[in-house]
Amino acid sequence: MLLVPCPWCGPRAEIEFRYGGQAGIAYPKDPDGLTDAEWVEYLFLRDNPKGPWRERWVHTAGCRRWFDVTRDTLTNEFLG
Amino acid sequence: MSGVTDDHVPQHPDRLWRHPEPKPAYDVVIIGGGGHGLAAAYYLAKIHGISNVAVVERGWLAGGNIARNTAIIRSNYLWDESAAIYEHALKLWETLPEELDYDLLFSQRGVMNLAHNLGDVREGMRRVHANRLNGIDAEWLAPDDVKRLCPIVDTSPDVRYPVLGATYQPRGGIAKHDHVAWGYARAADRLGVDLVEGAEVTAIDIAAGRVTGIQTSRGPIRAGNVAIVAAGHASIVAAMAGLRLPLQSHPLQALVSELLEPIHPTVVMSNAVHVYVSQAHKGELVLGAGIDSYNGYGQRGAFHIIEHQMAAAVELFPVFARAHVLRTWGGIVDVSPDASPIVSKTAVSGLYLDCGWGTGGFKATPASGWVLAHTIANDEPHALNRAYSLERFETGALIDEHGAAAVAH
Repeated sequence: MLLVPCPWCGPRAEIEFRYGGQAGIAYPKDPDGLTDAEWVEYLFLRDNPKGPWRERWVHTAGCRRWFDVTRDTLTNEFLG
Repeated sequence: MSGVTDDHVPQHPDRLWRHPEPKPAYDVVIIGGGGHGLAAAYYLAKIHGISNVAVVERGWLAGGNIARNTAIIRSNYLWDESAAIYEHALKLWETLPEELDYDLLFSQRGVMNLAHNLGDVREGMRRVHANRLNGIDAEWLAPDDVKRLCPIVDTSPDVRYPVLGATYQPRGGIAKHDHVAWGYARAADRLGVDLVEGAEVTAIDIAAGRVTGIQTSRGPIRAGNVAIVAAGHASIVAAMAGLRLPLQSHPLQALVSELLEPIHPTVVMSNAVHVYVSQAHKGELVLGAGIDSYNGYGQRGAFHIIEHQMAAAVELFPVFARAHVLRTWGGIVDVSPDASPIVSKTAVSGLYLDCGWGTGGFKATPASGWVLAHTIANDEPHALNRAYSLERFETGALIDEHGAAAVAH
């Protein structure tokens, strides 16, 4: 089980969290103006790296706040 | 129903296939020496007469998800597109041991999907009817029928996950996963396919919008066509061709008990509590879990997933409380947004994808190879995989098995 570093509560067991996938995916500024290909990009395409990436967690059983963190997807090491 | 004792584990010769040096060029190079890639190579040679084929594998043959799955075979999917391809697979399974001249320990002992609440019951009945309309064997079982077919299931009403009924596919079952890969590998090898192990792909060569070959740790290989059949690593390999895929890779765990006397005559799955159980021919109970929530390539998962799964399994099968876990492991599954696979042409001419099988790829192995071989040979999808294109994410023609039958494959 991962020890997830909540920035407000400190390192806590993974079962207290829900996963939010890739960080930094902003809702389209002008959704009416998006092409189908741009909707694919927003809805379905995410990075899927083997190594460090930026991801979101929410501390559902703790402070209930969302945060971003960098984790290595191969080693599971949290890198800050 | 064939019992768990009436088969045997055959002995193997030391070598089932050659270990050739890679040739400078092939008509088709398949990246990924797992079940699907080996099946595709076999059908390319067998059906389409294309035997100048290499299967290039980073590690050793059949060491990824084909060696890590829970070996369950069924075709009782809700949606027409899914039912068609998985039923084609099941029909291929039924003659595959004979065709490959290899004992796959294919045992049609039936697959049961339990319903624990009214929603499950309605979904299950709907799926039984949908299956029958698609010509797939499906029955609805009352709790007494469940008890009769699998006496070790606790069907008493006062448990945490009461059994309110089950769907049942008598033709479903299990096979020995390693034998499937080895059978395809040996048959493909005999037809002239080169199985190149220990060759990690480092680049995909593209010129004027057409694939021309690959770079590997064992040197460059020119290729007329290249197929990416890399399961959990599909995104990594596709990125070498500049493709972004709608896939996320997750750890998926499974475990086995120590060897036990035959106690479990069928396959029992429960989507609601994320557990699926069968008993292998040797006697170990084989249990699969749900995926770990986070993206990962570590081929291991978290213990709380196992704990949750075992709690549900012991509740459903009280007799399991006395069994011991012998081994747990993880594989990396490539999950698509609609939990359905991608078997497709790409924007790069001559480059094909067979990925996104997520948690349910084993049962599809013969059909996946079959339709990929067709797609490569004709540069056009087969009727069975036309719907499984990359374009569906843009057109919106999704095949939403997340919401249907695919919580646990």
